[in-house]
Amino acid sequence: MFYSNCDQRWLKLVVKTLVKKGSYQDSVALMRISRQVRASSGIKQASVMMATAQNKEVLREAGLFNELAASAGPGDMVVAVEAESEEAGSAALTLVEQVLAAPAAPEAAGVQTPRYRTVAAGAGFLKGANLAVISVPGVYAAAEALKALKNGLNVFLFSDNVPLKDEIDLKHFAHERGLLVMGPDCGTAFVGGIPLGFANAVRRGGIGLVGASGTGLQEVMSLIDRWGGGVSQAFGTGGRDLSERVGGATMLDALGVLSEDPGTRVIVLVSKPPAPGVARAILDQAAGVSKLVVVCFLGYKVHYPDRRGVFLASTLEEAAQTAVFLEQGRKPELGIPDTAFQLQPGRGYLRGLFSGGTLADEALLVAEGRLGDVFSNLGGAAKLENPYHSQKNTIVDMGDDEFTVGRPHPMLDFSYRVERFLREAGDPEVGVILMDVVLGFGSNPDPALELAPAIVDALNQARFDGRDLKIVISLVGTDSDPQSYRAQAEKFRAAGAIVASTNAQAARLAVRLLAGQTKERTTGGAN
Amino acid sequence: MTFAAASLKEGPKVVNIGLKSFFNDATRFTEAVHIDWQPPGWGDPELARMVARLADDASPDSLGAKIVAANLEALDRIRSARPVVVDIKPAREAIPGMTEHTILHAGPPIEWARMCGPMRGAVIGALMYEGMAKSVDEAERLAGSGVIEFAPCHSRNAVGPMAGIISASMPVWVLRNETFGNQAFATMNEGWGRALRFGAYDDKVIARLKWMETRLAPAMKYLIDQTQGIDIKSMIAQALQMGDECHNRDIAATNLFFKMAAPVLVKGDLDIGTVQEVVSFLGNHEHFFLNLAMAASKASLVPLQDIPYSTIVTAIARSGVEVGITVSSLGGEWFTEEATVAQGLYFPGYSEADANPDIGDSAITETGGIGAFVMGAAPAIVQFVGGTSEEAMRLTREMYEITTGTNDSYRLPTMAFIGAPTAIDVRKVVETGILPIINTGIAHKEPGHGLVGAGIVRVPKGTFEKAIRALAAKFTKGSGLQG
Repeated sequence: MFYSNCDQRWLKLVVKTLVKKGSYQDSVALMRISRQVRASSGIKQASVMMATAQNKEVLREAGLFNELAASAGPGDMVVAVEAESEEAGSAALTLVEQVLAAPAAPEAAGVQTPRYRTVAAGAGFLKGANLAVISVPGVYAAAEALKALKNGLNVFLFSDNVPLKDEIDLKHFAHERGLLVMGPDCGTAFVGGIPLGFANAVRRGGIGLVGASGTGLQEVMSLIDRWGGGVSQAFGTGGRDLSERVGGATMLDALGVLSEDPGTRVIVLVSKPPAPGVARAILDQAAGVSKLVVVCFLGYKVHYPDRRGVFLASTLEEAAQTAVFLEQGRKPELGIPDTAFQLQPGRGYLRGLFSGGTLADEALLVAEGRLGDVFSNLGGAAKLENPYHSQKNTIVDMGDDEFTVGRPHPMLDFSYRVERFLREAGDPEVGVILMDVVLGFGSNPDPALELAPAIVDALNQARFDGRDLKIVISLVGTDSDPQSYRAQAEKFRAAGAIVASTNAQAARLAVRLLAGQTKERTTGGAN
Repeated sequence: MTFAAASLKEGPKVVNIGLKSFFNDATRFTEAVHIDWQPPGWGDPELARMVARLADDASPDSLGAKIVAANLEALDRIRSARPVVVDIKPAREAIPGMTEHTILHAGPPIEWARMCGPMRGAVIGALMYEGMAKSVDEAERLAGSGVIEFAPCHSRNAVGPMAGIISASMPVWVLRNETFGNQAFATMNEGWGRALRFGAYDDKVIARLKWMETRLAPAMKYLIDQTQGIDIKSMIAQALQMGDECHNRDIAATNLFFKMAAPVLVKGDLDIGTVQEVVSFLGNHEHFFLNLAMAASKASLVPLQDIPYSTIVTAIARSGVEVGITVSSLGGEWFTEEATVAQGLYFPGYSEADANPDIGDSAITETGGIGAFVMGAAPAIVQFVGGTSEEAMRLTREMYEITTGTNDSYRLPTMAFIGAPTAIDVRKVVETGILPIINTGIAHKEPGHGLVGAGIVRVPKGTFEKAIRALAAKFTKGSGLQG
């Protein structure tokens, strides 16, 4: 492509010429382009044509012919404009380039819904796209995530079954690009005020969170909201992020994002116990951040030296409480105190049926402290022989892979938890059943509708049998959630269940209901 | 440390890949786009990973950025090509390395023993035409003797429809790509019915080839000299406005050629007998332009050979036994797969049982962005694809998913004058699973019967599987995700 100027000062007009080599346009297209050019401001005359001998003659007569036009052949398109100024002439030639690059008119709307088959196509369409939400099968997930990162997108990787090596590669790659990979197996996030995955509708505020567990984050965020605090952003990391090999890559990067986020004043980190080296790295970085940081490594028993500005919390409840205190600068109104519950201690075993892994962990932590060994599928001291069958005191995570292969998560599909609940309720050895119910986007639209009738039936049956059965519900969510915390709590209470203010409290109440039982702890450990 | 991730605090704009419910949730709060996702690589996770490792990358100096730049360069070379017919002369004089014993054929390399019926027939016919064999037996013996050097047309920058046979005496169009100075070659099209390219070799076929050599070629040589070169790109561009896709439908282009040629031929110094014969031949031939469209496509694609990092397909060719593709950055290597039979319409008395698997170099037109790729602009041939022009447009739209850009010289009047989908990217084919479509004639599987139908066929996916593996092996290391 060649441009030329022919400054015709005596006319105070400028002729500008553009030749597109080997660019055939049919006459209608040429006419259309000419018309558009002529209509642009500061253009006296314009000619857009194929440079045939005959057309060159036309140019000559119009006074638009010059050396550049002479050099063009019949297969070349020549654009010649006579403009009032240099700028107007250049603008007209630029317009021609744009018109040539675009189709004459957008295809009729409604004829075809655009389809985007690839990350790149979608990112190209959505201007300012900055986040890929990926939930494809695990074997393909890492490849999609890598493509998203190459397109400059952060990644919310909901998919599970992503190989550990791929997670490490992706996070390393993302770190170099200054991007975040949340996940794999990331259940929740609250990014720039937008809930992602399974997430609760929380008030916006100054508390930023990073969590290696979905339901743990949901519990802390919901409690913050309920206790008057607000959330700036929350990032999930995926359950393996704090392992030795992944090294807390996402938590460290997300901590970096929050430390630079002017909307974040207090930072909360939530996870199960990290690998020791990783815990140290995170605590060191947390201490270096100029903001207050609350750290909850649920069940972490290693003592670490105090660091300035870093507050350690032993439960999700305590993490939320501390964060709200630090954000608000005053003690918040907490929920109903444990002592306000009028409880009649009974007999029998505890059965915890959880849909959230970290909620189960927290409950186990509380229950073990009071009851000694509690059987579970959570990797605790007392392992359930068969996760489908409870033994004595049991807390089972029904969101674990062994339950979810080939069926939806229990936060969505209550059928198999209801079935298990009725089985436990019919067991004469059982005194208390503890269950979590997680509200929010992505969860079941009306959990009480699924669970409350079963609770009513179970309590009626127990009364009929002359047994003393208690149901404790750990309800996670906010009043702004689609299901409404308040409405759900009311329905569970109406069904005869005890609804606790926090998950930890639910576990404490469940244990209190079994007060007087002897400890059966067989392994050592501090209490 | 500055984080690109910090952009999230302004609010995420979401590209959703997977569960539609996440998209629906996201659209309540923010802008989002849902990807109509299919497992890449036809479901093979290993291929999906290769695509990811080779994917476009916004980061400068990355492999993906180099590939993007190389592919845009490839697209630009197609767009800026200016194929012009500059000569016609015997293959032995025009085509480098062509000897009396050379026979060029369609498709990737194949030896005599494996050739399909139509190609064997065409080889027999060519040997008889050259006077190297007096009978079919003699021709077959000679073909199998090792004396004859068989080579793909593509190995000499030539292209041939159907069997694609070119022997030393056959006159070939010489096209010059004026932008890059390279050449490409093709024979003149013989016409419908019994023809050498379908494997027919009877006396009438040989006699017509002789006539083309002695009468038609000199007339065309005269035409070229008088016009000082014939601009094929302009003719293709105009024909696309007239309902041709310039592969299976060339009637408009042939008419344009005839319209340009007739006044020159009748005014000229040629003897009146020749003029009458030539005008009559051209006037009764709907497909004469095909070989010119093919040679022009080839001339436009030759400059794409060996662009480092480019993943653009430089040729698709079928021998009737195998389909092969070549890729810009992978040298001349053919990635082949068994050829399949086209889906199509058959002439009365013929059926799929008579069809030879896909054959011919004419898929060079699709490689260059015309043919089936612009079928949406050729309503007259849509009955091959089920009868509706909407279906034809849908197929054309699909091709935009696997190409690098558009060719603004070739515009589609039925589709808002968008440019033709151009420069097939191996990565996009494997990622989307969309295989290039080819409009094609269908040859009878036995030599000599000729054309039995026409239809459309997809390039077999095995060719692209092999090509993406070769690209991954060349440009990425190990089996890790990042490579």
